[in-house]
Amino acid sequence: MSGSAASISRVTRTVFIVPLLMLFLAGCGLNDIPTYAEQAKAKWSDVLNQYQRRNDLIPNLVETVKGFAKQESSVLEAVTAARARATSIQVNAGTISDPDTFKKFQDAQAQVSGALGRLLAVSERYPDLKSNANFLALQSQLEGTENRIAVARRDYIEAVRVYNTELRTFPGRIWAMVLYSSSKPMEEFTIDDAAKRVPQVKF
Amino acid sequence: MFRQGILTAIAWICLTCAGAAQTLTFPALTGRVVDDAGLLSVPDRAALTESLAGLEAKTTDQLVIVTLKSLQGTTIEDYGYQLGRRWQIGQKDKNNGVLLIVAASERKVRFEVGYGLEGTLTDAMTRFIIEKSILPRFKAGDFPGGIKQGTETIIQVLTGDSTDIKRQAAQSAAANNNRAIADTPTWPAVALGVAAVGLLIFCVATQGAVCRGILQIIFIMLLFGGGRGGSSRGKSPFSGGGGSFGGGGSSGSW
Repeated sequence: MSGSAASISRVTRTVFIVPLLMLFLAGCGLNDIPTYAEQAKAKWSDVLNQYQRRNDLIPNLVETVKGFAKQESSVLEAVTAARARATSIQVNAGTISDPDTFKKFQDAQAQVSGALGRLLAVSERYPDLKSNANFLALQSQLEGTENRIAVARRDYIEAVRVYNTELRTFPGRIWAMVLYSSSKPMEEFTIDDAAKRVPQVKF
Repeated sequence: MFRQGILTAIAWICLTCAGAAQTLTFPALTGRVVDDAGLLSVPDRAALTESLAGLEAKTTDQLVIVTLKSLQGTTIEDYGYQLGRRWQIGQKDKNNGVLLIVAASERKVRFEVGYGLEGTLTDAMTRFIIEKSILPRFKAGDFPGGIKQGTETIIQVLTGDSTDIKRQAAQSAAANNNRAIADTPTWPAVALGVAAVGLLIFCVATQGAVCRGILQIIFIMLLFGGGRGGSSRGKSPFSGGGGSFGGGGSSGSW
């Protein structure tokens, strides 16, 4: 009589404690590593999206500038070449845990930024170009895109920071060892000195 | 007792979450017109607020005008998207918020456009409006006039009455990408609540010691987990709808 009562109580306890334990583990960050990884990947695709948007603007911009400043062919070619190099690098969601490709991608995009900066600096010398409606529109789209790239990069860096911290600190470190041994730290952007340098405008 | 103490300690450690550092300070969202720099008169503010409320009633787009005393050393682009995200201007599912930011001491003006409106208010379009409607008046020192004219033009574009402006700004090219931001799930908090209630009933029925310990932990989890979940909002007549920003829009200076 008392034995069966005890076994019923044990069963009830198990029924309650097992889901509770799961919730407790979830509260302890059992799901955090995959969650943060997905968030960082989403931010990464946003970064790629914005760089792609810049790539899409470049041919139009080059054509427009060409119409007014044919003699600046070296600057125009540099932009086209940098764009071609940047698009030739295969990037995907896996790139963020692959330091080599990541660095190549970042360098190529920095070169595009530098070449575009020179192109815009050169275009300052052509009053007709500067007052051309099409050029002004493209210029504002390009400025907006550069700003979106900056925002997307910052969001990505923040997401990676959260993810990498989770991988390297308690309790995420334990979960990484036990369950997510394939999770690798993700790459962060570094600010390139050459890209940061403002192009000189000569008059 | 000892075991309970250890379990409680673990729960504390698990639930300690670091808050993100905030370097910029933002003005409070006191209404649709936040005139921190004091560029607008009371009737101007009232008139603008009315037309902005009319816009939201018609299209659900939230347009907020903000004048700042200082950009705190950063650029207006950097400040703008962070302010938009902080205030959560625009509806959550549409991200259709717009900020008109005037930084008086830096002499900068910017339209910050939410993700959802980047297709309608392209960078070229906002630049056109800044250069045609706002900057000439700002250059003449007429801040209320510039703000009013810029707002009026934006409202025209957003309400679809933009053929005229579009023809003027015939250059507005490639449509921008619209994206939505994934929401953070709230189910863990709900599940915890359900589990806690179930456990409470169970504990009252059996009066087990281990059970009481777990109950304490759950209580602590709820205490701290709940704080992260919902954000409290004051009873101001206007608040952001949860929209987000990704750096769309354009800037000008006078």
